[in-house]
Amino acid sequence: MVEKLSNKLSKSTISNAKAEVDNLSFYYGSFKALKSISLVVPEKQVTALIGPSGCGKTTLLRCFNRMHDLYPGNRYEGAIWLDSDVNILGKKIDPIEVRMRISMVFQKPNPFPKSIYDNVAYGLRVRGENRRRLIENKMEKALRGAALWDEVKDRLYDSAYNLSGGQQQRLCIARALVADPEIILFDEPTSALDPIATSSIEELIAELKKQVTILIVTHSMQQAARISDYTAFMYLGAMMEFGETRQIFERPANSQTEAYISGRIG
Amino acid sequence: MSQEQLLTIREDINRRKLINQIFAIVGLVVILVAIFILLALIVHMVSSGISRISPQFFTSFPSRRAEKAGIMSAWVGTSLIMLVTALAAVPIGVASGIYLEEYSRKNLLADFIEINVTNLAGVPSIVYGLLALGLFVYELNLGRSILSAGLTLALLILPVVIVTTREALRAIPNHLREAAYALGASKWQMIWDHVLPYSFGSILTGVIIGLSRAIGETAPVVTIGALVFIRFLPDSPLNSEFPYIPFQGEFPYLNIQQLFAWLQSEFTVMPIQMFTWVSRPERAFEANAAAAGTVLIAMTLAMNGIAIYLRYRFRKGLKW
Repeated sequence: MVEKLSNKLSKSTISNAKAEVDNLSFYYGSFKALKSISLVVPEKQVTALIGPSGCGKTTLLRCFNRMHDLYPGNRYEGAIWLDSDVNILGKKIDPIEVRMRISMVFQKPNPFPKSIYDNVAYGLRVRGENRRRLIENKMEKALRGAALWDEVKDRLYDSAYNLSGGQQQRLCIARALVADPEIILFDEPTSALDPIATSSIEELIAELKKQVTILIVTHSMQQAARISDYTAFMYLGAMMEFGETRQIFERPANSQTEAYISGRIG
Repeated sequence: MSQEQLLTIREDINRRKLINQIFAIVGLVVILVAIFILLALIVHMVSSGISRISPQFFTSFPSRRAEKAGIMSAWVGTSLIMLVTALAAVPIGVASGIYLEEYSRKNLLADFIEINVTNLAGVPSIVYGLLALGLFVYELNLGRSILSAGLTLALLILPVVIVTTREALRAIPNHLREAAYALGASKWQMIWDHVLPYSFGSILTGVIIGLSRAIGETAPVVTIGALVFIRFLPDSPLNSEFPYIPFQGEFPYLNIQQLFAWLQSEFTVMPIQMFTWVSRPERAFEANAAAAGTVLIAMTLAMNGIAIYLRYRFRKGLKW
């Protein structure tokens, strides 16, 4: 009933779908972690996935770049359509191809123990790009895009580990941005950061949505309310409600959503 | 809390602290005993051998007269064999470690290989000697040569190299692997660009620990037929005159045979040289044996020192 409702809503109000999750179920071995999820990710908007711990929001996010393929025993059912013509989860689609189009920023900043320059450049070098001029141009653009250029332009060859936590996370965003991805996945990108670093990342996300589609998992409802245009509420592996953020927070249609937002579950 | 209760608590604390202190003291004594014995052995050996260590000792062949005898053939043999061992064991061991840790599926076969590799590390070295005698010397016809000895010792240290490689790879945190994959790296790119460089220091340490075990091995080298008395060096791969490199007129323009002739040479190694001197009845040879032992220990310590330095160099700036 609820799924039907959210489907109807998404079809009627969202015309510019970048990705469309169609009846997706996911299994860790025999454990069904996602139950028939359907969701529309609108182009150049921020879509937030919220829900209590263990509800499957990170699991859903990691389906978008086939991260689950790295570990044995995982299984997908259903489809995620990208630009309504490629099924990301299709057997014939190489996960590497998916990850070249959809990049990811992780929960804990995870720069490589290399220089700032090498960290950003790796997104290009991994594709065999080694024209120095082109790498430098794209690197500067990505670092500017991640609002980090002014802080690091004089020490590009320093180790990334000398940066603060917030700077490291912005470096990871630059690394994810450098090869012009179509979607960036954020997995609780601010949960390891202090409030000041958090707000700078949030500003950055608001800026980034002008050029790229963003899907973000967040543990903080306030964060979802602040930065997202659309919000999906998940509970126990199921999609409970999906809609415009303002509607979800002001007039939730689902009683479980309301209970979570008002702090009664979670 | 009453005064009486407080007193019992204090007594109890004192008793527990006493037990704690007793263990600390016993542990210290045990360690000191071990270190003392080791030091005493080394000091004794060095003091009885030091008088023989001179340039002449390094540049002389063995002789019937103790004061003219030296370790020339032994240290050259040991060095060349270590070179062959390293060249054979490092690529094979590191590649096996990478395959087992990163590629192989975790199934029954993997468990079986794992148990085998671990057990191989504990096989007595003379067994490797017998295997090598059958395989390298007789079956493959490599002769009682430096090549056979190097490959034998390579077999001996392979398990060590494989196990330390796997441990080094396992120590690389998973989030770095995921970061590389998320950018579209293939498995090999992830390994070559990230995991291998980050674990390089630890792998190198494992290799050097393996080599410093191999350098002191006697039994397998005796089994495949090392000589005990040898008055020549392996043929040099280089010419004695400029331009040194052995060019030749026709294809392949390099005298390959001359370049690799040393591999087929007969040889002796440091521990065997030591052993022959120890077993001589004349007292004067004992000093020679002690001197050779001192050189061998210095070689091992130097290798360990290099290992520690390299690990320090490569780990600098690497933390996660």
